[in-house]
Amino acid sequence: MSDFFSAGWSLYVAVLTVVGLAACLILLIIASRRKVMANDNTTGHVWDEDLRELNNPLPRWWMGLFVLTVAFAAVYLLLYPGLGSYAGQKGWTQQAQHQAELERARARQEPLYARFAGMATADLARDPQARGLGERLFVTYCAQCHGSDARGSKGFPNLTDRDWLHGGEPEQIAKSISAGRQGMMPPMAAALGSGEDVRQVANYVLSLSGSPHDKLAAQLGRSKFAACAACHGAKGDGNPALGAPRLNDDIWLHGWGEPAIVKIVNEGKVNQMPAHADRLSEAQVRVLAAYVWSLSQPAAALVSAR
Amino acid sequence: MAKATARVIPIASTPDDTGAMVSMFAKEATIHPRAVRGWFAAWRWVCVWATQLVFYGLVWLPWNGRQAVLFDLEARRFYLFDLVLYPQDFIYLTALLVVCAYALFLFTAVAGRLWCGYACPQTVYTEIFLWVERKLEGDRQARLKLDAAPWGAEKLLRRGSKHGVWIAIGLWTGFSFVGYFTPIRALWQESLATLGLAAGAGLGPWEAFWVLFYGFATYGNAGFMREQVCKYMCPYARFQSAMFDRDTLVISYDPARGEPRGSRPRSLPHDALQGQGKGDCIDCTLCVQVCPTGIDIREGLQYECIGCAACIDVCNGVMDKMDYPRGLIRYATQNGLTAGRSGIEWRRVLRPRVLVYGAVLVLITGAFVASLALRSPVRVDVVRDRGTLARLVGQGAIENVYRLQLMNATERPQRYRVAVSGIEGASAELRGEAELGPAASRWVPVAVRVPAPSATALGPGAHALRFEVIREAEGDQPEVRVVEKSTFVVPR
Repeated sequence: MSDFFSAGWSLYVAVLTVVGLAACLILLIIASRRKVMANDNTTGHVWDEDLRELNNPLPRWWMGLFVLTVAFAAVYLLLYPGLGSYAGQKGWTQQAQHQAELERARARQEPLYARFAGMATADLARDPQARGLGERLFVTYCAQCHGSDARGSKGFPNLTDRDWLHGGEPEQIAKSISAGRQGMMPPMAAALGSGEDVRQVANYVLSLSGSPHDKLAAQLGRSKFAACAACHGAKGDGNPALGAPRLNDDIWLHGWGEPAIVKIVNEGKVNQMPAHADRLSEAQVRVLAAYVWSLSQPAAALVSAR
Repeated sequence: MAKATARVIPIASTPDDTGAMVSMFAKEATIHPRAVRGWFAAWRWVCVWATQLVFYGLVWLPWNGRQAVLFDLEARRFYLFDLVLYPQDFIYLTALLVVCAYALFLFTAVAGRLWCGYACPQTVYTEIFLWVERKLEGDRQARLKLDAAPWGAEKLLRRGSKHGVWIAIGLWTGFSFVGYFTPIRALWQESLATLGLAAGAGLGPWEAFWVLFYGFATYGNAGFMREQVCKYMCPYARFQSAMFDRDTLVISYDPARGEPRGSRPRSLPHDALQGQGKGDCIDCTLCVQVCPTGIDIREGLQYECIGCAACIDVCNGVMDKMDYPRGLIRYATQNGLTAGRSGIEWRRVLRPRVLVYGAVLVLITGAFVASLALRSPVRVDVVRDRGTLARLVGQGAIENVYRLQLMNATERPQRYRVAVSGIEGASAELRGEAELGPAASRWVPVAVRVPAPSATALGPGAHALRFEVIREAEGDQPEVRVVEKSTFVVPR
């Protein structure tokens, strides 16, 4: 990948560099000898009655270092890219160095996780080192959406409760992390009928969790709920296989109250969790999943048996 | 190098018509300073011993189960006896450098280049290397002869052994230096392993590089470069003129006493010198022979003079032999010399400038020491979540999420408690307790909840909040409380 969009610029840079280096050497050679000006080591000019300028020689080691730097520059430009688009004898690129650093980092990390290879999730959740690793991984990769305390916010699930959209078993959590998830609810207004029908279904949904609702509307909406039961279950228990939320608890990921429910029914919802398989190794996903799982467990269960 | 020896410079200079060319890169002759003994020389050696005992010795001192002085760059912790310093404590390094700078201004204003002549590593290592050279190659005369001699068995042996000892000292210096950054006992084992003298892992590539780099720098600077560093590289020589004034004690030759110089019969008593038209200076040129930078101090203050006072010592010795009073070359102020005063007038030396430097130095040092002594053993940084700015929970309560970075600046495991204040009804929830290992730092997520009535009373927007991190008193550890400010956001 060349940084120059035209070969002309590459040539310009290369020529300037070489000319510059040559000019430094030429300057050194030109300035290396001078005529003896006056018998008192001055340049021979006198200013303001008695001001004179000396012209003492530089130490020879200084010239030696100068030549050394030019030689170093020449060798460097031969080995590494510097003269325009010339790639250098060693074929070094930024991208390759970054890749190599990533490989080294990954190799250094692996022994850290080796200990956890065969451990069950419950043991991982109790192990203080695994918990510490999980905590730091969480704070780095998950906290931006799910909050530093994992309790989420509107649209980002709370990981500390027992309500799982796609299943709360450690393997399911691990799959959510590595492959990501996409929850899709189609707009259901057409299937339900008019705006008034939607309002009635919304009130029925509110009644399922014991939230304040219009009783009459809820009664009327009960039969229309059949359209929703296909995904959300007859009693609103939800369906982790589909990612359909539980409607009969007091957890409202996308907003609370009749207007919020009406909005979702009318517009549908697409909620996506990004896949982390590229960023985290399998071992890291396991440790992180165990940590996330531990967040929803009662604290007593997590005390390590001594 | 040709130097003007005439005392009077002709006003009109005549150009040289021979057309001769002169090279602008001259090889400087090696300076072999003559050995000198005296009061100032003794103090210089005291400084050599003091600085080197600290440098080579301190790194081996154990403390609290680790090295007393260790700058662990990889873990980013800096251990100084009982102190555990974090990168956030770099302000102390700045303060230390400011203290050093003011100390430098102070004693330079009083007595010139004391640092250069007595304590500078360049001078100290050059002294050590010169001592080795003197032991292995002989005194000044012998060394000058050896320089001029053709290569033979003896020259090879003397030169070879000298360079061998120099390289050994250089390597040991580099090794000690790296030992301040990597525990030196481990470094020693690794070095032995690299040389095949012990089992185990060898030196890491960077450790090896730095040991060799500093070793080479010591060998090169003290063995070859010597006064070239002072003359051409070090900026201190060049800005000394900004630090001196006419009341600074500098090493000076007293021309009023010394001129006209020249040889005279030994038997001539001191009182009779003036009548004979002779000054005190016998022109023995010993002051030039002992000078490590090769100047003639009789020409006055020069930028090359590093203030080592070797010329004072040797001239005093000559004055003693001639039965003249000492002090022909001495520490004197410019004002004192012009007015013909001898002796140090402390009243003029301790002038307003010096007193101001001293006062500033005392103040800053005091503040620095006090700040270090009163330093809190735990540091707290509050970072609020931005993705989850505010949350509505339960019956209208508002929650904000924060991350507290807790840094344990002690070497014992600690347990901390977090509390909030500044907003009525606010409570902090921490999962578990904040437990930190020795010298460890950790991000701890905290959710702060404000119940509905307080939130409504506050109104939408950001409101001031205070976090308190508390370590309970335990055994010999007193209670510690750190307060950090943050904000609490109530959404619209």
